[in-house]
Amino acid sequence: MTIQIPPAELEAAHRPGRLLWTADRLEAKALEVRRDIITILAKSQTGHSGGPLSCADFGTVLFFHELNIDTSNPKWPERDYWHFSIGHVTPVIYALMAERGYFPLRDLMKFRAFDGHCQGHPSAHDTPGIEVSSGSLGQGLSVCCGVAKAAQIDKHPRRVYCVMGDGEQQEGQIWEAAMFAAHYKLDNVCAIIDYNRKQIDGDVQAIMGIAPLADKWRSFGWNVIECKGHDVPDVLRAFAEARAHKGSPSVLLAHTVMGQNISYMADDYKWHGKPPKMPEAEQALQELGTSYAEWSERLLNH
Amino acid sequence: MSTITLPEKVEMKKTREGFGRALVDLGEQDPRIVVLVGDLSESTMVHFFAEKFPDRFIQVGIAEQNMACVAAGLAAMGKIPFFSTYGAFASCRSADQIRVSIAYTNLNVKIGGAHGGISVGPDGATHQAMEEISIMRAIPNMSMVVPCDYWETYKATIAAAKHQGPVYLRFGREDVPVVTTKDTPFTFGKGEVFADGSDLTIIACGVMVYEALRAHEELAQKGISARVVDLHTPKPIDRELIIRCARETGAVVTAEEHQVNGGLGGAVAEVIVQNHPVPMELVAVHDRFGQSGKPSELMDAFGLRAKDIVAAADKVLARKRAR
Repeated sequence: MTIQIPPAELEAAHRPGRLLWTADRLEAKALEVRRDIITILAKSQTGHSGGPLSCADFGTVLFFHELNIDTSNPKWPERDYWHFSIGHVTPVIYALMAERGYFPLRDLMKFRAFDGHCQGHPSAHDTPGIEVSSGSLGQGLSVCCGVAKAAQIDKHPRRVYCVMGDGEQQEGQIWEAAMFAAHYKLDNVCAIIDYNRKQIDGDVQAIMGIAPLADKWRSFGWNVIECKGHDVPDVLRAFAEARAHKGSPSVLLAHTVMGQNISYMADDYKWHGKPPKMPEAEQALQELGTSYAEWSERLLNH
Repeated sequence: MSTITLPEKVEMKKTREGFGRALVDLGEQDPRIVVLVGDLSESTMVHFFAEKFPDRFIQVGIAEQNMACVAAGLAAMGKIPFFSTYGAFASCRSADQIRVSIAYTNLNVKIGGAHGGISVGPDGATHQAMEEISIMRAIPNMSMVVPCDYWETYKATIAAAKHQGPVYLRFGREDVPVVTTKDTPFTFGKGEVFADGSDLTIIACGVMVYEALRAHEELAQKGISARVVDLHTPKPIDRELIIRCARETGAVVTAEEHQVNGGLGGAVAEVIVQNHPVPMELVAVHDRFGQSGKPSELMDAFGLRAKDIVAAADKVLARKRAR
């Protein structure tokens, strides 16, 4: 039952530059990313489940359609810059990175382990391709503003992508960065908010209301694009609109569901910060059309 | 060693001006240099750079947390960013940003913390930064420099740009005595012996180097030979020099315009206690907030004068003799 990935398929996923994959291919890859997420959480028995699953679809579009990167040369001067300000969604970050070719898939099986490089939160010190460490919420958009400002100074065509959480919008620093990006007209910035309406203590609106979020960003001078975060064609449309927009930064409000595609996790905040136990993981992987034995073999063999 | 003998009348100049002038020279030499400020261009003296290199000057407004991370992003793209604000905000308001985005990533960000110490004066405790050494040296990968005067600040700023990795530079607000010259040696991470002596060593940083040199003169009049070390880089600390001084003079007094908790004295004590324990006294601000007043009044009231160093010297020498 071992899965061998055909070399041509690996080569296609690891190719430098923008991949510009079409929706059906992206949807197939997003399913694999979800299988990776559940498998590495099951193996490590530590880490976050909910957010990684809500980011899986737009994250796949970002990595396999949108980003101009060379994963064999992470510091390629022509590269676009990407940053997950929500550092706790490492299962999806590492799954995307490994599937795209930054490091072997087998490294995922040492997620959060002492002898692996996949730290609990992204570490530039440990993982090739992570350029700036993250994990303390609210800092990523500012880092992206610095990257974007450097590109503006150098007249470099680099685009800058920042994934934030909706709960994270409660951090004041985000609004400092929002002001900065609009003030300097950083239209090379595309922020994506994983708008799953849940945070670790419960419903975002009940914990500390962030609505009306689109109006807030508009009033800060941003081009706001709403999209269905699990609808790949709609995410493609949103990224294209952001790319075409000039004169101000863009933010995608990606409406998502925490724990998307796993029946017992979906829309339940209790799955924000914990991994599935092995029987739960087996059920989840069954729902995703595979098993732990099969998918962990796929990871370990590549 | 570069012996320094203080003249009767010492020239007075701001340390932060050394920072501002050095940035202009750096800007001319290296296009990677960019400067950020949080609405304090003249206070931090980065306005010289802003006038000369408007395209590489980034006004961030009153948003220190954002500024620290914007600097991180610039550094990630190969720039050498210097960000500047008052030390109270640079070290405390941005501490988490410095820890996670800058130091954990080991990014090449330089931080200019102006208005350090009690000598800030009338603004009072909120603006008298006195915790920077403790905070910065607790963070892995960070370096910390506390230059003593205009020329040393100029050299420290140049050295910070050459050093790969994050560096925090601390300056004061007031005109302070210029004790070094353009030609006095400065090596990042290495202390400098400014006066030789054999009975004890006074290890100082910042404006306290001047007070230490005055204390050296007073002690000499009493027949006591005090070595004076300018330890401008609390981190990475010059272990070798500290151990040698402890071994050769057998008693140490540290002097800093900073909280005693985890400051220069603490850093020196960590080296001494593990290598060559000798009697030690720490001249510093002793776990209290500052207050408004004239800088000179405050330096007197907080016990940061040559006479306080002399008193501390008497104490360590008594303990040294009793051993």
